[in-house]
Amino acid sequence: MNFFTEIGRFMIFMKYVMKRPQKWSVFWKITFREMHNIGIESLLVVTLIAFFLGAVTTIQTANQLLTPSDLFPTQLIPKFVVGSVVSTSAILELAPTITCLVLAGKVGANIASEIGNKKISEQIDAYEVMGINSASFVALPKIIAGLIMIPSLIIAANFLLMFGGAIATKFTTALSFDDLIEGARMVFHPEYVKIMLIKSFIFSFIITSISSYQGYFTEGGALEVGAAGTYAVTRICIFILFFDLIIAQIFLGL
Amino acid sequence: MIRAENLGITLGGRKILTDINASFLPGVPNLVIGASGSGKSVFLKCLVGLLTPQEGKIIYENHDFLSLDYEGKQELRKQIGMLFQNNALFDSLTVEENVEFPLKMFSNMSKEERKHRVNDCLAKVNLVNSNHKFPAEISGGMKKRVGIARAIALPIKYLFCDEPNSGLDPLTSRVIDELILQITTDLKITTVINSHDMKTVSDIGENIIFIYQGQKWWEGSRSQIAAARSENEQLDQFFKASFS
Repeated sequence: MNFFTEIGRFMIFMKYVMKRPQKWSVFWKITFREMHNIGIESLLVVTLIAFFLGAVTTIQTANQLLTPSDLFPTQLIPKFVVGSVVSTSAILELAPTITCLVLAGKVGANIASEIGNKKISEQIDAYEVMGINSASFVALPKIIAGLIMIPSLIIAANFLLMFGGAIATKFTTALSFDDLIEGARMVFHPEYVKIMLIKSFIFSFIITSISSYQGYFTEGGALEVGAAGTYAVTRICIFILFFDLIIAQIFLGL
Repeated sequence: MIRAENLGITLGGRKILTDINASFLPGVPNLVIGASGSGKSVFLKCLVGLLTPQEGKIIYENHDFLSLDYEGKQELRKQIGMLFQNNALFDSLTVEENVEFPLKMFSNMSKEERKHRVNDCLAKVNLVNSNHKFPAEISGGMKKRVGIARAIALPIKYLFCDEPNSGLDPLTSRVIDELILQITTDLKITTVINSHDMKTVSDIGENIIFIYQGQKWWEGSRSQIAAARSENEQLDQFFKASFS
C-alpha cells in the first residue's frame, strides 16, 4: 500500500471515528477508564524521565557554558544563562517532544496492540454486527482521553524537569538554585507555553490516532499484533519529529 | 426472510463467490455447508455486511441491504445477532457484562431490568452461576453459550452462526445444535448456520445450501440429501470425507 493510499484510508478511518457516540454514558465510562490507562499509568515513567532529564540537562549545560576554555579563558557567560537555557529547552522541546516520544512507546504500542488483538479475535466485527460504529467505539475514547491526559502529563513534566535541575544544583558548586530560577524567570515568555500546548495537543492526537488506526487494520495473528505495535511506534515517532520541526519553523523560525 | 441474489465477490484479485442465489426462511435452521475454503465464511460476512460484494443483492425482508447507507446498515444490524467462529467475546468483560453489553448500548432498561434479562438469556442457554467469570476462565462450549446468550439479548430477527461447533467435542456440539434449533423455532427468527459438521446437517438441516468452489452446488433439505448424493459427485465426496 503506497503512502497516499494509506493517508486516504487514515482519513476515512478518522471520518468514522469522529462520529457522534451512540451512547454517551458508555462513551464517558470508557473515556474515564482510558484516561486512567493513558494518564495515571504513565505518570511514573514520565516523572522519572522528566526528573533525570532536567538534572542531566542542567549539569551538561552548566559544564558547557561555565567551564573556562581556550576560547573563553574567563567566565564570560553569566551563570543564570544556564537556567535560561534549561527552562526554555524544557518548555519548548524536552517536556513536549521527549515525553511524547516516550509515550509513543508506552501508550502508542499499548493502544495498537489492544485494538489489534480485538481485531484478530473478531471483537471489532462483533461490534459492527451489533450495529455499533466500531471505529468510533474503540478509538474515540482513547483519542479524547489522550487529548486530556497527555498535555496534563507534559505540563507536569515541565515542572519535574525544573525540579530535577534544581536538585542537580545541590550537587555542584558551579551553579546555584537561585541562578537557575533567575535564568528561568528572565527568559520566560507566555508565547513559549502556548507553543508547548500546541505541540502537546498535536502530539497527543498523533499518538492516539495513529496507534488506533494501526491496530484497527491489523490482519493475521499474534505476530501481526506485535508488528502493529512496532509500526505504530515508528510512525508516531516520525510524525512527532516532523510536526515538531513544522511547529518550530512556524512559531520560532526567523 | 433473507435473500441473496446473484451474489459475487472478488477478494485480492481472486473470485471467491460467483452468482449465489439463496433464500433463508424464518423459524427453521438454514445451513450453509461446504469444505474449508469453499467461501462459506465469506458468504456469511457478506450477508451481515462485514464484506461488501461487488455483484448481486442482499434482501432483508424488503430492504436491499447493500443499497443502505452506513447509518441504515447499522440500524438494521441492531436486529442481527451473530455467533462467531472464535466466539468474539469481549475478553475484558465478564460473562454477565458480555451479555449485558448490547442491552447497555441499545436499550433504555434500568440496571435491574438488564440484570434480569441477562439472567434470562443465560438460563435459556443453560448457563448459570458463571456470571462473574471472564471468557478466559470458561470452557469452549460455555463460550459458545455466552455468545448465543449475547446474540439473543436484544429482540433479534436474524441469527448468524459461523461454525458453531468448531473446536467442540461431539456431545457439546449436539447441545449447541439443539440450542440453536430451539432458539430459532421459539423466537421464530431467521437463522443461518455455517457448518461443515455433517451431524449438524442430518440433525437440524431444514434448508441446506452446499457451496463448492464459491458456487452454489446444491440446495435442499436433510431428507433430500441422501438422494442428491448419487447425482452430485462433489456433495457425495464432501459427505464421504466428513464421515471417514
